[in-house]
Amino acid sequence: MTAALLDVRDLNAYYGQSHVLHGLNLRVMPGEVVSLLGRNGAGKTTTLKSIMGVLRSRTGSVTFDGADVLRLPSHRIAARGMAWVPEERGILSSLSVRENVELPPARPGGWSAERVYETFPVLRERGQHPGSKLSGGEQQMLAIVRVLRSGPKLLLLDEPSEGLAPVIVQRIGDMVERLSGEGLAVLLVEQNLKFASRLADRHYVFVDGRIVDEVKRDDVQARRDDLVRYLSV
Amino acid sequence: MNTQFLLIQVFNGLVNGAFYALLSLGLAVIFGMLRIVNFMHGALYMLGAFVAFALGQILGLGFWPSLVLAPLLVALLGMALERTLLSRLYGLEPSYNLLLTFGLTLLTQDLVKQVMLSQYAVSSAPYTTPTVLTGVVNLGFVVFPKYRLFVIALALVVCLVTWFVIEKTRVGAIVRASTENPVVTRSLGIDVGKWVTGVFGVGVGLAGLAGVLAAPIYSVEPYMGAELIITTFAVVVIGGMGSILGSIVTGFAVGVLAAVGAAVYPPMANTLVFVLMAVVLLVRPTGLFGLPEGAR
Ligand SMILES: Nc1ncnc2c1ncn2[C@@H]1O[C@H](COP(=O)(O)OP(=O)(O)OP(=O)(O)O)[C@@H](O)[C@H]1O
Ligand SMILES: [Mg+2]
Repeated sequence: MTAALLDVRDLNAYYGQSHVLHGLNLRVMPGEVVSLLGRNGAGKTTTLKSIMGVLRSRTGSVTFDGADVLRLPSHRIAARGMAWVPEERGILSSLSVRENVELPPARPGGWSAERVYETFPVLRERGQHPGSKLSGGEQQMLAIVRVLRSGPKLLLLDEPSEGLAPVIVQRIGDMVERLSGEGLAVLLVEQNLKFASRLADRHYVFVDGRIVDEVKRDDVQARRDDLVRYLSV
Repeated sequence: MNTQFLLIQVFNGLVNGAFYALLSLGLAVIFGMLRIVNFMHGALYMLGAFVAFALGQILGLGFWPSLVLAPLLVALLGMALERTLLSRLYGLEPSYNLLLTFGLTLLTQDLVKQVMLSQYAVSSAPYTTPTVLTGVVNLGFVVFPKYRLFVIALALVVCLVTWFVIEKTRVGAIVRASTENPVVTRSLGIDVGKWVTGVFGVGVGLAGLAGVLAAPIYSVEPYMGAELIITTFAVVVIGGMGSILGSIVTGFAVGVLAAVGAAVYPPMANTLVFVLMAVVLLVRPTGLFGLPEGAR
């Protein structure tokens, strides 16, 4: 059995006094696409932030690519090959589109600027515009390709389909599929079951800061009603 | 009043403006990234002048080497202070930072005063103008001291280079990104803390540079920064907090306006800048170039 790329054990996270994650255990194997499903406020974003080292007040262990990263600052975690695309996308409006694309330090195996622009010509056309002038879908694409520049092994994607038109969601799905085909592992946060079940090999279900269920790709069809119930308000 | 006199006042105003611009640019660069107002700025300006003076006394260094070395030393000191003291106060109320930097100002002033009195038995020392820059230039319509023209030119060049680096280069993109969203920038693999220290160094280095430039014009004394920095804060308020280009333009413009205004109506000489500040605050509280918080 190969070792997990990401191994999270007994993770607890806090915002000040409020205890938001309660002893999570989850794993992502190399090249695997895993989704975190759950309602608003279940703690999905908090989980990604805790893994990426953006949220600091947490306990437990986060092992990434064989190393304990819980105490590392997020720029060092990024340097080890983890990338985070935040729910708000994090496009910098004081930077041009081009500066956004080229902001992360380039690392071996990462996407060159050339490759980014060939894949998304619109990012070249709008290169001089402020990042915030792109449409929602373009911003999401930019947020995803931007982190590829450092050649990550694991992509933490927070609700990439949120607020986007179906055709754009489709394109983002194609993109994630293609990246996963190239061997990139993805931890995908979603509320859109259709989108998540198209992409993910495995799903963790979140309720109130706890993982309450785990469903493999092959069982999604049979357990569809359960999953819908977990996600409905 | 004749035009020649007015022109001389414009040039004098540009000289004052050069100092306002260098100092308020440093404040703007620091405020942009650290979200703190550096109340130590005037003391570090004075330290720039004093270090140049001391380098001359101890090592026999002249103006030119000091012009490079003194700002560097001030920048290094600033970076050490940021790492060891200021960085502990991030995330706390601004008043903590204010108290710290105010305390450091008093400390710096008194230390310099002690050193000057005990080592050189003076409380204020003149600093000689480098020989190539002594004398005057005949500009055709007015005659103006060479050194003062040099101050205007160098300040302008330094300000524009700083603006260019921040707005147009990769280094600037990192600085702007860290300013706008440090959390996301860090997650993209950039050590934001290191850049914060560097930017603070550059900001106070500009103050140090202004200090060295001031040494041949005003004499070197422990409190030389105290008054200038008050006017500079007024300039910052007029221009708007944090705007790079705004701080440069406002610095020079206020210098000229105040000098011309003082010539036209002498009783206003000392208050004009503050009247201007009050008017700007009434009409546009975020300053001429400042955007409302959040619209940045
Ligand atoms: N900055 C914060 N300070 C305090 N509490 C927070 C903060 N951010 C989130 N929370 C709380 O933590 C819990 C989990 O929030 P989180 O954002 O992780 O949920 P989520 O599953 O990502 O929800 P959504 O689907 O709405 O994005 C919620 O109860 C939320 O109110
Ligand atoms: Mg969320």
